[in-house]
Amino acid sequence: MEEVIAVAIGVLTASGVWLILRPRTYQVIMGLCLLSYGVNLFIFSMGSLFIGKEPIIKEGVTQDLLHYTDPLPQALVLTAIVISFAMTALFLVVMLASRGLTATDHVDGRERDE
Amino acid sequence: MSLIVLLLLPFVGSCLAAVLPHNARNAESLLAGLVALAGTVQVALMYPQIAHGGVIREEFLWLPSLGLNLVLRMDGFAWLFSLLVLGIGALVSLYARYYMSPQDPVPRFFAFFLAFMGAMLGLVISGNLIQLVFFWELTSLFSFLLIGYWHHRGDARRGAYMALMVTGAGGLCLLVGALLLGHVVGSYDLDKTLAAGDLIRQHALYPVLLPLILIGALSKSAQFPFHFWLPHAMAAPTPVSAYLHSATMVKAGVFLMARFWPVLSGTEEWFWIVGGAGACTLLLGAFAAMFQNDLKGLLAYSTISHLGLITLLLGLNSPLAAVAAVFHILNHATFKASLFMAAGIIDHESGTRDIRRLSGLVRLVPYTATLAMVASASMAGVPLMNGFLSKEMFFAETVFISATAWVEIALPVIATLAGTFSVAYALRFTVDVFFGPTAQDLPHTPHEPPRWMRAPVELLVLTCLIVGIFPAQSVGPLLAAAALPVVGGTLPEYSLAIWHGWNAPMIMSLIAMCGGVVLYLLLREQLRRGRFPYPPLIERFNGKRLFERGQVHLMLLARRIETQFTTQRLQKQLFMLVLAAFIAGLTPVLYNGLTWGDRPKIPGSGVFVALWLIAIACAVGAAWQAKYHRLAALIMVSVCGLMTCITFVWFSAPDLALTQLVVEVVTTVLILLGLRWLPRRLENVSPRAKERARLRRLRDLLLAALVGGGMAVLSYAMLTRPTPNAISSFYLSRALPEGGGTNVVNVMLVDFRGFDTLGEITVLVAVALTVFALLRRFRPPKESMQVPAQQRRLAPDVVSDLINPRHAPDTALGFMMVPAVLVRLLLPIALLVSMYLFMRGHNQPGGGFVAGLVMSVAFILQYMVAGTKWVEAQMSLRPLRWMGTGLLCATLTGMGAMSLGYPFLTTHTAHLRLPLLGDIHVASALLFDVGVYAVVVGSTLLILTALAHQSVRAYRPASQPKPTKAGAA
Repeated sequence: MEEVIAVAIGVLTASGVWLILRPRTYQVIMGLCLLSYGVNLFIFSMGSLFIGKEPIIKEGVTQDLLHYTDPLPQALVLTAIVISFAMTALFLVVMLASRGLTATDHVDGRERDE
Repeated sequence: MSLIVLLLLPFVGSCLAAVLPHNARNAESLLAGLVALAGTVQVALMYPQIAHGGVIREEFLWLPSLGLNLVLRMDGFAWLFSLLVLGIGALVSLYARYYMSPQDPVPRFFAFFLAFMGAMLGLVISGNLIQLVFFWELTSLFSFLLIGYWHHRGDARRGAYMALMVTGAGGLCLLVGALLLGHVVGSYDLDKTLAAGDLIRQHALYPVLLPLILIGALSKSAQFPFHFWLPHAMAAPTPVSAYLHSATMVKAGVFLMARFWPVLSGTEEWFWIVGGAGACTLLLGAFAAMFQNDLKGLLAYSTISHLGLITLLLGLNSPLAAVAAVFHILNHATFKASLFMAAGIIDHESGTRDIRRLSGLVRLVPYTATLAMVASASMAGVPLMNGFLSKEMFFAETVFISATAWVEIALPVIATLAGTFSVAYALRFTVDVFFGPTAQDLPHTPHEPPRWMRAPVELLVLTCLIVGIFPAQSVGPLLAAAALPVVGGTLPEYSLAIWHGWNAPMIMSLIAMCGGVVLYLLLREQLRRGRFPYPPLIERFNGKRLFERGQVHLMLLARRIETQFTTQRLQKQLFMLVLAAFIAGLTPVLYNGLTWGDRPKIPGSGVFVALWLIAIACAVGAAWQAKYHRLAALIMVSVCGLMTCITFVWFSAPDLALTQLVVEVVTTVLILLGLRWLPRRLENVSPRAKERARLRRLRDLLLAALVGGGMAVLSYAMLTRPTPNAISSFYLSRALPEGGGTNVVNVMLVDFRGFDTLGEITVLVAVALTVFALLRRFRPPKESMQVPAQQRRLAPDVVSDLINPRHAPDTALGFMMVPAVLVRLLLPIALLVSMYLFMRGHNQPGGGFVAGLVMSVAFILQYMVAGTKWVEAQMSLRPLRWMGTGLLCATLTGMGAMSLGYPFLTTHTAHLRLPLLGDIHVASALLFDVGVYAVVVGSTLLILTALAHQSVRAYRPASQPKPTKAGAA
């Protein structure tokens, strides 16, 4: 399972990085989405990965990291999810405004003649 | 009155002055005058405390660990300067009342004036080095604003800019010097610094810090080679010149040198830098002053020269010379302020300041003429004037100096020569302007100015005379008190008599007088004919031209560096950024190697692996297709999002999974709304561009593969090593007893890390408002405004269920009817679900974020099915109010804890026993969560509806932007 998660994080990051290096704004947005999935998963996996040990206190269960999943990365990722949503929204609108003003969807605001 | 009140008074006055009516010259002047007068009286009353070396000290701790405190410290020298700053400030405010015309915006003038006064006062009574530099920079800033007061005039703007650049750059050097000085002494406290003279002079850093501090002081005091800014600063209104260039701004430099005289002087370096700059300036300024045709220009160069005299005195490393310097600071302030004011009166009354045009004014304005003549006699150093006394002391110092042979000869010669020049330019100022035939072709016929405009000049000239005739009685004790701290505790023997007998200084004075008269007579006719548009010999050293050329070269250099080392292209920047991150991640691995740990592995699952295989394929597919198949790419990215969500569920993170799921929905809707406005595929790309793009892609692919591989390896290493268990068990064990909830993640969000969450919802609000603001001005491109291609392809007579949302009030017709009914039914159910998720959040998966997002998704569904017009006709959703209320609620909850004496956002819990509902556990975190909920609903709605509105707004071409509110939500 660790291998799967590691490979998944790797592929999400690689796709994300590839896309944010592209010239079209839409590609960059998609890249940021993929990159944030990868990074969120990465942060999440920093804690102890357990199956069926939600960090919700049950009576009679010792409150330590052997019986519950680490809540700290989860709290961090929860914040990260919301922030990345806000970022996507902002970037999308900036992209639209830039498209309206420059009549192109190139990230530099004009087509590069190369 | 304590020192802090004294310091705050001008700043408070400045704020008051700024809000008075536009033309309230009387009120403004009265305010400024009263502030300055009150300060003057207070300072004067402090005399007994400081008279014999006493120090008044007030300290307010700020960052004691860093040695940064607000220390106000007044000793005799600071006292003298405070008196000058406030006293001359009071006179100038009175004078400015009559000088400023009714058209000038006086609130701005007096606000800056008072603020400058406060900054100058803060500078002289600073007891901390950093604080001193702070006020130093404030004076630069406010003098910039004052010099550029008539900002419609190009010369005023340029002069102000030049003054700011020169003195500001000097201030930066001073800051570094002060930091070094503090480092050497081990404290930024002025008292400690002043007590550490030997330590500083013998320290290895002394040759570094001395030039830095001196650059600051010399640039401020317009000393060679920084002198050129001062004449250009004459574009300021005359009251500003009278204040800044007689008593305050330019005196700050000599103040600084005198302040640190006990600790920095006494060395060869000090003598050569300070003395050298002073001697050059003294001669240069006096020489250039003779050739000025502008009254204020003449006074400006004379000021430069006199400041050079003071600097030279300070540079001579002799206590007696330092006393003379302090004396001349005082004298120069009085006669130069009165001369500037007199020049201002002449300009005001006759409409010109050109010496060549002015003539015979003594018959028109006899009173002013007399005052100006007395003041300029003092400037020239005529006996019975105060200028004479300090000039005699200066001459004596140059004669009795013991140094290298050529210096012993050169100094008296320079002094006499400068004296000669000063007599010549003083004669020019008086004889040319006031005598001779009465000028006929002046813009106005001069009259005596109003009574009170002349009063400040009278008072200052009277001071000149009193000090000049009864020096020992009038100014003796003050001078002793002021000079005592400068020379470091023991005053040298000196006598303030008018007559010392026939000695060398007296003979030098005589030579200078006669020489000056002869020189004036020689030059008079030449100057009147305009033979010297620029001062001869030194015209090649045009400071202004050098400054401007230097500036241009600096800009060009910066531009060249910018084009060489930076790029405006986002792709390159991102490439470098990712590369840097990769290298930063790789470096530790190269040094320490990479090893796997031995944490017990999680049992594998075929389903999980299969699901991820699909998601991985989708990620690669999205990367491949995002350019042209946007919808497909979006779907594939969503698959990855869903798989992330499933991973959260799988590994015991129900809260994350819930949030991810709903965020995924909202993000998808958002991007779908945006897809509509993106352009079509770009055709006809040249083969060369294709070839380059291929290379670039290869490079990017390599980097992406490296980074992705690196992340995979890194996370595998982390996943197999034992977890650090650092602080997480704290949260687990405290969540229930202290946070009052069993869902640890939610308790962390609203309680332990509540401040973080508050920041996060603030970000949401900021983003929503930005989106809203950006879209108000958004004009979609024309081709995107048409009906979509799919609908256009239909023949016009075909009956279709496709509705153009721009025209139809309700789009839920035809085949949309069924989903519309269902979606409308869904709204109350969604509300219920949202409430359920919200209420259980503290103990079970859920919480404000998820609940808020569920609610807003329900609203968005209405928009999607029924169209904007219908929804907004039926419901009035006010996203802005939701956001405002939510933010207020969250902040007030946090402040509630503060009002009870706990830190911000401390949670309080209460157990309630309610009928029907039974035992209820209520935490104040619940209120905070209400705030989160409202903010999430509001900002999500605002973002999405703002985008949705784009498709219904009336199209206006971008070429005729109208600043109307139409089109806003």
